[in-house]
Amino acid sequence: MTFVLVAIGGAFGACLRFLTDRWVQARHDTGFPWGTLTANSIGSLVLGILTGAALFGLQLPELQALIGVGFCGALTTFSTFGYESVRLLADGARLYAVLNVLGTVLAGIGSGVLGVVLAAAFWA
Amino acid sequence: MGSAFPAELRRARKPRTLPPLDVLAVVAAGGALGSLLRYGAYLTWPGPFSTFLVNVIGCVAIGVLMFVITELVTAHRLVRPFLGVGVLGGFTTFSTYVADAVHLVAGGQPAFALVYLAGTVLSCLLAVAVGLLAARSAARAFGRG
Repeated sequence: MTFVLVAIGGAFGACLRFLTDRWVQARHDTGFPWGTLTANSIGSLVLGILTGAALFGLQLPELQALIGVGFCGALTTFSTFGYESVRLLADGARLYAVLNVLGTVLAGIGSGVLGVVLAAAFWA
Repeated sequence: MGSAFPAELRRARKPRTLPPLDVLAVVAAGGALGSLLRYGAYLTWPGPFSTFLVNVIGCVAIGVLMFVITELVTAHRLVRPFLGVGVLGGFTTFSTYVADAVHLVAGGQPAFALVYLAGTVLSCLLAVAVGLLAARSAARAFGRG
């Protein structure tokens, strides 16, 4: 059963990342990977809320599998983030490669921590 | 940042229309498959080590994949959505990486959390480069480069 929930969440998460990236990258032509950064931040925020809820005693194993492991896991990506960063570096846009790495890591951690704080406000 | 971004790296805007349904379907199938593989790895080695391993392996793989489909062969139009966006995108994860760090801090291991955060990013960037270069070397060795 858990495997089914993970697979369903993963299918929706990957589609939402794909659609988010298209939506964001349709609105500027800088070549900077804002789309992946957006998907990674949203997924980290949602998983931060779930992680916080679990830390504060709200045990929801089915929701963790569907939304946490499946949906958030697939909505966010390290491979595309890594490839886009290396691509910027290889194309000579060193500053933007560094900005993408630092920006993604800081936005992701910030979103995750914000999620934990939101969970604390509701459930702690 | 628009004006400062190197002009030669500008990309055409992606279309505002919805993607074709077959593309969306293979992204979904790949995302489900990649997520199951990641969950399998987690069940085998629970904890940050499995996330680290999954992310590094996925980054080597995207390096190989992108070399093959951008410089080696003309791939079918569903290959990149299925393998790149779906399988590898679903397999690797940024949110679990952040959540792992939260768990480490909550468990009283903030120094390990910092090492994990920095170590994963550096390892993954290196892994993409290794994948690209290894694929290129292999292509050359077989006379295809």
